[in-house]
Amino acid sequence: MRWFWIDRVTYLEKGKKSRAIKNVSLAEEHLHDHFPGWPVMPQALMIEGMAQTGGILAGSVSNFTENIVLAKVSKASFHRHVHPGDQMVFESELVDSGPNGYRAETRITVDGVLTAESSMMFAAVPGISGETAFVFKDNLMALLRECPGFDRSTNGFSQ
Amino acid sequence: MPTKEAIFETVKLCLVEALSVDDDEVTLEASLTRDLGAESIDFLDIIFRLEKAFAIKIPRGDLFPEGLQTNPQFVQAGKLTPAGLAELKKRLPYADTTKFEKNPSVSNLGDIFTVGMIVGYIETRVGGK
Repeated sequence: MRWFWIDRVTYLEKGKKSRAIKNVSLAEEHLHDHFPGWPVMPQALMIEGMAQTGGILAGSVSNFTENIVLAKVSKASFHRHVHPGDQMVFESELVDSGPNGYRAETRITVDGVLTAESSMMFAAVPGISGETAFVFKDNLMALLRECPGFDRSTNGFSQ
Repeated sequence: MPTKEAIFETVKLCLVEALSVDDDEVTLEASLTRDLGAESIDFLDIIFRLEKAFAIKIPRGDLFPEGLQTNPQFVQAGKLTPAGLAELKKRLPYADTTKFEKNPSVSNLGDIFTVGMIVGYIETRVGGK
């Protein structure tokens, strides 16, 4: 099992932009305690969702053969609370690419209203040649299967 | 062509943003690791910011050489050998290695990666005076 803080990747332009959604539900246990009687999506988990959206985008550069590791959160700002019933839309843009890492800028909107934004750095650790890197194995790739342009035969994006 | 002062001011801005330090901490002598607290991923962050600020491409290993410490010809008993020192100077001609050469211990290597070294490198790339 692994932690998912996005439900689906809805758009991916290889090495350029990605978009994902998460529907926040009161069925999520952490919202019962954060806070009792006033459920608010924890911002640390929103950072994880931004890291997953940006990390998948960074992984797409190598068709998911590199392991992508969140290395640094340079900036994270939160403008509004997120509550059960809200749908968060994550949009990442890859603003820097280097031989051993990437920088992605990600924003979250709810109903079109800017809710959070971040700038993150990802380190790229080579995987085994020709294989999907271990961080992208299993269910993480399942997030991508419904995404337009995803090629199941190559586990990647053609463009 | 930008002056050395202008290059320094731009480098300072990049370092303040990448390392979240105060601008008065960024002096030419300041070591990136020891004085400004840079960690490995910060070096990539710094490179990204320098590339944008000066509109240049910095090839891998150009500013922060790789592989030096793992080569037994260059490092023995935790210190750079004469061949290692020569290689270091060859790869980083803009670095001031005078102090480091007195005790070329690998643990002191971070001291030569100073703000002044970055300014020197940028000068060679953009032809500053």
